[in-house]
Amino acid sequence: MSRIGVFVCWCGSNIAGTVDVAKITEEAKKVPGVVTAVDYKYMCSDPGQNSLRNMIREQNLTGVVLAACSPHMHENTFRKAAVKEGLNPYFVEIANIREQVSWVHEDKERATQKAIDLMKMMVEKVKRDKPIEDVRVPLNKRALVIGGGISGIQAALDIASGGVEVLLVEKEPSIGGRMIQLDETFPTLDCSSCIMTPKMVEVNQNPNIKLYTYSEVEDVSGYIGNFKVKIRKKTKSVIEKDCTGCGECWNVCPMHKNVKSEFNMNLSERTAIYVPFPQAVPLVPVLDRSACLHFKKGGKCVKCYEACGPKCIDFDMKDEIVEETVGAIVAATGYDLMDNSIYGEYGYGKYKDVVSGLQFERLLSASGPTEGVIKRPSDGTTPQTIVFIQCVGSRDPEKGVPYCSKVCCMYTAKHAKLFAHKVHGSQSYVFYIDIRATSKGYEEFVRGVMEQDGAIYLRGRVSKIYEDGGKLIVKGADTLSGNQVEIAADMVVLATGVIPKNGAGKVAQMLGISYDKYGFFTESHPKLRPAESSTAGIFLAGMAQGPRDIPESVVSGSAAASKILGLFSKNEYEVEGTIASVNEATCVACFYCQRVCGFNAIGPKEIKDRSGKIIKVVANVNPGLCTGCGACVNACFSKSIDVKGFTDDQIYAEIRSLAI
Amino acid sequence: MEDKKEDKKRDKEEGSVKSDGSAGDPRIIAFVCNWCTYSGADLAGTSRMKYSDNVRVIKLPCSGRIDPLFIVEAFKKGAKGVLISGCHPGDCHYISGNYHSRRKYAAFRDLLGFLGVDLSRVEFSWISASEGNKWVSVINEFTAKIKSLKSSSSDIFKK
Repeated sequence: MSRIGVFVCWCGSNIAGTVDVAKITEEAKKVPGVVTAVDYKYMCSDPGQNSLRNMIREQNLTGVVLAACSPHMHENTFRKAAVKEGLNPYFVEIANIREQVSWVHEDKERATQKAIDLMKMMVEKVKRDKPIEDVRVPLNKRALVIGGGISGIQAALDIASGGVEVLLVEKEPSIGGRMIQLDETFPTLDCSSCIMTPKMVEVNQNPNIKLYTYSEVEDVSGYIGNFKVKIRKKTKSVIEKDCTGCGECWNVCPMHKNVKSEFNMNLSERTAIYVPFPQAVPLVPVLDRSACLHFKKGGKCVKCYEACGPKCIDFDMKDEIVEETVGAIVAATGYDLMDNSIYGEYGYGKYKDVVSGLQFERLLSASGPTEGVIKRPSDGTTPQTIVFIQCVGSRDPEKGVPYCSKVCCMYTAKHAKLFAHKVHGSQSYVFYIDIRATSKGYEEFVRGVMEQDGAIYLRGRVSKIYEDGGKLIVKGADTLSGNQVEIAADMVVLATGVIPKNGAGKVAQMLGISYDKYGFFTESHPKLRPAESSTAGIFLAGMAQGPRDIPESVVSGSAAASKILGLFSKNEYEVEGTIASVNEATCVACFYCQRVCGFNAIGPKEIKDRSGKIIKVVANVNPGLCTGCGACVNACFSKSIDVKGFTDDQIYAEIRSLAI
Repeated sequence: MEDKKEDKKRDKEEGSVKSDGSAGDPRIIAFVCNWCTYSGADLAGTSRMKYSDNVRVIKLPCSGRIDPLFIVEAFKKGAKGVLISGCHPGDCHYISGNYHSRRKYAAFRDLLGFLGVDLSRVEFSWISASEGNKWVSVINEFTAKIKSLKSSSSDIFKK
């Protein structure tokens, strides 16, 4: 027999001002199964919680209903209080009479009636509650980080420094990501490779980090604490453990004019066997078979093989699949730039001297194609006038993306500054919509570029760029002065919008995490759980979540790492017990539930007799994967599966309680 | 057993109390998901927006948990309108629950119509956790619509 206690909260005047709390209490006492009902000024206060606890103890309550604020506010508070008196936490139900009654309705009598209805509904629900035990899942204390950019590296280093083994998987031949492509970083003008390479080397030397470069995660199954991961190690055609990185092989490769260097954003060429840049980690070349003469011309060219001292070039090497088990995953897949050619008026792709921001970084960089001397890609001369165009693709819902790419204002200012420093007497013009310089030292930096470095900022857009006598004629509007402007420039740099890495959607689907309409991974909660994905055990970092700068990417990598170290500080992970369960006596093994389950949480289970003979097969719920959404319940023809805490029985009782 | 007896007893009692459930004061039941719509309704509260008090919310983990028979049961118990609401497509906390909900609803709606239910009494709407204002307008508009309908057109499931 149920012994329910009903506690009506005044919430000061927040509830009591609009709702007759005494009447609810009085009505509650009339509901069958309710043995006590009280009202109190602040149930969530210490005395309020104590009265709840005393009542549970003294009245031997089997269930508690709080008519109070939203369960999203204080459900946990009251559950904890109940647990202290030995009550199962799921025997606490909340009737939301503040957010959904007193704050939204004005007629006191009708609001009170609604509050009474909600209270009764919850009494019926709590009567049918069954004790639910939280599920404990053992943890494999190893982590996988997908993406070896700055956020992935930071995550891997932080996890490793906590004494946990990390697998770091990077698609490219070297770690370093986008940051290692940059020249100097705003607003401090630290050289990017100077601050990045030590971190990359640290990754390579850390005994807790297992590095997989030129590799891709191909399949992920399992659940928090127990993910099974398949990693494809693409063939490098180089025996990694023997390679010394001496460079003899790429020095003799005859294919040095044919392949565009991805690292230099197609501004230079690379060989078929190559390291993307001199400070690559690991310093082991990979052989690009699509460009290699040996593979194109039936094995004739073996120059690199002959040049290699330790004989570590292996033309017969094949892709290798490695299987690993990890307990947690960080998705840090990074970003790409939008395709500039959708803006035909800017002439990107048509005029060689119209470049993207990342290409300009490579032109500035000492390790770049021009060794840090700014030269026009068309004729190699030094530009004297450069026009920078911001928001190319960003904040343009018509042709590009509606969001702000966040880093462009700052890197454009940095470009203008570095240009002024490297080419004395030069002039830069910046077309902008707004200047967004909100972090520490950013606004001052942009001011400095305008005031000390003489960059001319023009608020407005560019309508057309065309070539005339070796110059790029930029036509645009200066909306502040209301004038049309025409600038004869030597180069144009486009601050291109940031988009998720090509293939990020595939990674998200493989991991079972959600992403927004642009393809950026979405957080479990945008404010309060920014490092967690919607799937337990999978964490997010870096630009894969949306545009952010280097410090923010580093912070997000550390945040994901600290979440994982926190998770791994226990031996088991506790999952909320409100998950699906199968009635094995009535299940007919049609597995419709399996087909609707979005989490792969349902599989077959064999029931055997004592001699080991299979009597029947039934559906079985994996508690580590089940999230308790309840889609399976409606798919079941034999009504053999139900979600704890939201059973059919409870919901029908709630509906019946509202009968008129 | 005991519970069932209680229910029967209460059903009888409640027939005589309060909320008359007439055309002028219809009972509306909303089945909502915990993550988007319930939070959206909470936001309407924290923003102190005002809306029609005819609605009674039943919280479920996900709109994918909403069994079409809940809707029938709601009508049987005298509801004059039923609202189903969850996260926008692509925003489901459980990745695909709202798609299941949408598909089930599309199929079930036809069946309801075939059975003789006035389909303007059933409303399906996506309301996110940040759309307190949408919750308010959906509830107000739906309530006004139900009030404008002839009372008898929902009695199909009542004995």
